[in-house]
Amino acid sequence: MNIFVCIKQVPNTTEVKWDLEKGTLIREGVESIVNPFDLYAVEEGLKIKEKIGGDTKVIAITMGPPQAKEALRDVIAMGADEGILVSDRAFAGADTLATSYSLYKAIEKMGDIGIILAGKQAIDGDTGQVGPGIASWFGYPQITYVKKIVEIKDNKMVAERLTDYGYDIVESELPVVLTVVKEINEPRLPSLRGKMKAKKFEPTVFTANDINADENRIGLQGSPTQVKKVFSPPKKEGGEKFEGEAEELSEILFGKLKELKIV
Amino acid sequence: MNYFLTEEEQMVREIARKIAEEKIIPVRQKYDEEGKFPHDIVEVMAQSDLFRVFIPEEYDGMGLSTLAMLLAVEELSYGCAGMALAYAGTALGITPVILFGSEEQKKKYLPKIANGSLAAFGLTESEAGSDAGNIKTRAEKDGDYYIINGTKQFITNGGVADIYVIIALTDPSRGTRGATAFILEKGMEGFEFGKKEDKMGIRASITSELVFRDLKVHKSQILGREGGGFLMTMKTFDRTRLGVAAQALGIAQAALDAAVSYAKKRHQFGKPVASFEGLQYIMADMAIKVESARALTYMAARNVDAGEKVADITAMAKAYASDVAMQVTTDAVQVFGGYGYMKEYPVEKMMRDAKITQIYEGTNQIMRNIIASQIIKRIK
Ligand SMILES: Cc1cc2nc3c(=O)[nH]c(=O)nc-3n(C[C@H](O)[C@H](O)[C@H](O)COP(=O)(O)OP(=O)(O)OC[C@H]3O[C@@H](n4cnc5c(N)ncnc54)[C@H](O)[C@@H]3O)c2cc1C
Ligand SMILES: Cc1cc2nc3c(=O)[nH]c(=O)nc-3n(C[C@H](O)[C@H](O)[C@H](O)COP(=O)(O)OP(=O)(O)OC[C@H]3O[C@@H](n4cnc5c(N)ncnc54)[C@H](O)[C@@H]3O)c2cc1C
Repeated sequence: MNIFVCIKQVPNTTEVKWDLEKGTLIREGVESIVNPFDLYAVEEGLKIKEKIGGDTKVIAITMGPPQAKEALRDVIAMGADEGILVSDRAFAGADTLATSYSLYKAIEKMGDIGIILAGKQAIDGDTGQVGPGIASWFGYPQITYVKKIVEIKDNKMVAERLTDYGYDIVESELPVVLTVVKEINEPRLPSLRGKMKAKKFEPTVFTANDINADENRIGLQGSPTQVKKVFSPPKKEGGEKFEGEAEELSEILFGKLKELKIV
Repeated sequence: MNYFLTEEEQMVREIARKIAEEKIIPVRQKYDEEGKFPHDIVEVMAQSDLFRVFIPEEYDGMGLSTLAMLLAVEELSYGCAGMALAYAGTALGITPVILFGSEEQKKKYLPKIANGSLAAFGLTESEAGSDAGNIKTRAEKDGDYYIINGTKQFITNGGVADIYVIIALTDPSRGTRGATAFILEKGMEGFEFGKKEDKMGIRASITSELVFRDLKVHKSQILGREGGGFLMTMKTFDRTRLGVAAQALGIAQAALDAAVSYAKKRHQFGKPVASFEGLQYIMADMAIKVESARALTYMAARNVDAGEKVADITAMAKAYASDVAMQVTTDAVQVFGGYGYMKEYPVEKMMRDAKITQIYEGTNQIMRNIIASQIIKRIK
C-alpha cells in the first residue's frame, strides 16, 4: 500500500509580501520551505508506515517549478521513501481546482493508493481546498482537520477531527484523503541516513503528458478562478490597550463604558 | 576556523545542532532542576541516527570518524552537557566491545546500540577512583560460569543502560593482571542498581551504583581474554576521553556565545558593556582558549583514526579542554554580573556542568601524570 503525502513549497514567512500591481507574491530573496502543516502530514505518514509495516511506502508528491525538488529533499531526509515532482510549464497558473486535478492524476498514475495526506492549508495560498479537491476528483471519502488517527484496520480507519466545539470521531473506508492539523504529532527532525539519501536524491518528474492530464483541466486553462486583485486590508487604527489584574481591568472597562454612556 | 570536515561530519554537526536548538535548549532548565533523565531526547538522538555514527557499518551503524562522534557530543553539549552524556557515556560503554569484542558479541550488542539502546562502563568503586587498580569486585570461576560480587559506584547511565561493560578481579593474586572485563545486561539475576547520586551539575545525567550479588554469568560474556581487563580499559580511555574534551568544548562555546551576546545587549554607563575594554579582553581570551582547545581535540581525533599512539595527546586534549571549559564558564558568569549568578540565566548551569569534565574519565591530575610520563620517556 502507498501512503501519499502532498507537500507544497512555500516562502518562509508568515507575512508574505505581495506585488500589489501584478497581484503576485514577491518570491525573490525569500527562502523556500516545506509548508509547515505538510511536515505534520509527512510525520503521520511515517508513523502509519511504522505501525502497519509490510511493504507500505511513503511517497511525497509536490506540484511546482523544478526547484520544488528541494522541498522533496527535506522530507526524504525525514524518511519518506520516494518523491514525485509534478512539473511542466503547462501546469502554470493553476488554481486550487487545477492543482488538485493535477495531483490527483499523478497519484492515480502511481497507484496502490491507501491513504492520501495533506496539510490543513498552505501558509501562502491559505485556501485549504487542495486536499478536499483531490478527494473529490477521486470520489474518495475525506476527513479534514485530523488531530488523531485512532486506528487503521481491515481497510477501515477511525480518526478524530478537530472542530470549533471539540472533536468528531469519524470512521472511513480506505482509500481516504486526510488533511491534518498540528495537534496530530510532532514532526521528526531529519536523520543522518535520511540526509545522506536526500543529498543524492533526484525526484521522479511527471509532466502533463506523463499523467495523461486533460489539457482543459490544467494550468490557466483549467482554472476558473482568477486572482483579480490582491491587497492588504487596511490596518486597524486607534483602540486602547489596558494591562493589569482582572479586578483593575474590570474597573477601567466599567469606567470607559460609563464614559461612553453605554451603561 | 575551518577544520575541513568531511561532508558526513558536517551533516552530523548540523543534525546534532538542530537537536540542541530545537529539542534540548527549550527544556534543559527543567531537566536540570528536576534532575530527570531525558528519555524523550535520547529517542530523538536515536531517531536521527546519532548512535549509528560510532557503530561500524556491518552492525547497523554508519562507521563514521571519531571526529564525527565528537562533533555530535560537542553540539549536544552546547545545548546541555548532562543530556549529551547519555550519548557520550554510551560511546564509552560500547567502545571496548567495538575494539575487543568477538564477532558473536559484536553481532549481539552493536546493532542494539545503533538503534538507540544505551551502554555504560563500570570501573570505579568506593576505594578505587584514580587508583583503579584497587578494585575489589570479584568474579569467581565456577565451571563454565563466573559468580560476580561487588559494587561499582558513580556509573554514568547506570539503570538506564541495557548493556554494561564492567571490570572485576578474576585473580586477585595477580593485581591488575587479574582484572577481567565482562559484558552484562540489565535484568540479569543478581544485578541491581543502588544509590542514585544527587549532583552539582550534569543533573540530567544518571549516576548510580551497580550492585552485584552472586551474579552468575557464562564465560562467553568475558570481553577479550581473562586478565586483559585493565589493559583494555586503558586502551579504551585513550580514545574515549576525547568525548569529555568534546563535551567541555560544547559547554565552553555555549558560555562564550551567551557572554558575548549578553554583553552587547546589557547597558551600563549609557553604553553596552561589550564596549568596555576590560570585558573585551576577557571575551577575547575566552575565544582564544575555546578555539585552541578545539584545534587540539579535533587533531587528536584525526590521530586516533590514523592509528597513531595517542595516550598523551588525548590526555592533553581532555585536560586542556576541560580546564578551558571551567575558566570560560566562570568568565561568562563574570560577564553577566549578578544575573550570571541567577538560575534564570543559562551560564550558572554551564559553570556547574563544566566542573565534572575536569574530574571524570581520569582527573586532570591523572591526565598530567600520563602526559608527564610520556614526555619524560621521550625527551632526552
Ligand atoms: C504561478 C501561479 C499562478 C497561480 N494562479 C492562480 C490563479 O490564477 N487563481 C487562483 O485561484 N490561484 C492561483 N494560484 C494559487 C494556487 O492555486 C494555489 O497556490 C494552489 O492551488 C494551492 O492552494 P493553497 O495554496 O490555498 O493550498 P491549500 O489548499 O491551502 O493547501 C492544502 C494542502 O494541499 C497540499 N497542496 C497544496 N498545494 C500543493 C502543491 N502545489 N503540491 C502538492 N501539494 C499541495 C498541501 O498538502 C497543503 O498543505 C497560482 C499559483 C501559482 C504558483
Ligand atoms: C558524575 C560522575 C560520573 C562518573 N561516571 C563514571 C562511569 O561511568 N564509570 C566509571 O567507572 N567511573 C565514573 N566516574 C568516576 C570517576 O571517573 C572518578 O570519580 C574519578 O576517576 C576520580 O576518582 P575519585 O572520585 O575516587 O577521586 P580520587 O581518586 O579519590 O581523587 C581525589 C583527588 O586526588 C587526586 N589524585 C589522586 N591520585 C593522584 C595522583 N596519583 N597524583 C595526583 N593527584 C591524584 C585527584 O586528582 C583528585 O583531585 C564518574 C564520576 C562522576 C563524579
